[in-house]
Amino acid sequence: MRLFSEAERQQIVDRLRDMRNPVKIVYFTQELDCEACPVVRELLEDVVELSDKLTLEIYNFHVDKDKVAQYRVDKTPAIIVEGAKDYGIRFYGLPAGFEFAALLEDILQVSQGRSNLQPEFVSRLADLKSPVHLEVLVTPT
Amino acid sequence: MLLAHQLAIESDWITADMIEATEFPDLVRRYAVSGVPKTVINETLWIDGAVPKTEFIGRVLEGAAMAKELPSVGP
Repeated sequence: MRLFSEAERQQIVDRLRDMRNPVKIVYFTQELDCEACPVVRELLEDVVELSDKLTLEIYNFHVDKDKVAQYRVDKTPAIIVEGAKDYGIRFYGLPAGFEFAALLEDILQVSQGRSNLQPEFVSRLADLKSPVHLEVLVTPT
Repeated sequence: MLLAHQLAIESDWITADMIEATEFPDLVRRYAVSGVPKTVINETLWIDGAVPKTEFIGRVLEGAAMAKELPSVGP
């Protein structure tokens, strides 16, 4: 089964055409107690098919302990958008609607190695020297 | 795009999770989420709703300053 219509697939292909460098999507799943996991996997498999700059790595949350530790994920489904490095970008849950748009945008910006945040905001982060963990709770739109 | 993710790209000190609230009821309870978006900073500070970028970043820097006071936190 495909999650996207042919028209939607074409829109995603067009969107991803602006990718510069390769992006790896790392996905953590588990067999039990994760209702959304199968559909997230299907979504990611469909998306990575649409650009030759995208790859997908899938790990089992309960089995691949070294990867769980490396990426510091604590729940599933977990999606990491990694480019030249792991920028610390995570999605937990099924990225639908607005969140799917955000996923595509993240892929583009990670591929370019920079966000398109205005310079005056970026410069305010220069003095940051201690860790910040942001958790943004959202619902599907 | 999610501002929190943009900040994560721009600073090595920032990690940013976008969490689908309905799939994680435990977190919704822990953070007493009554509306979205809700942004939780280092599990202690939070931002309710969508706020202007400058205010959001100010709050993030405030959270970082608090973390600095805790010697057990950080790499």
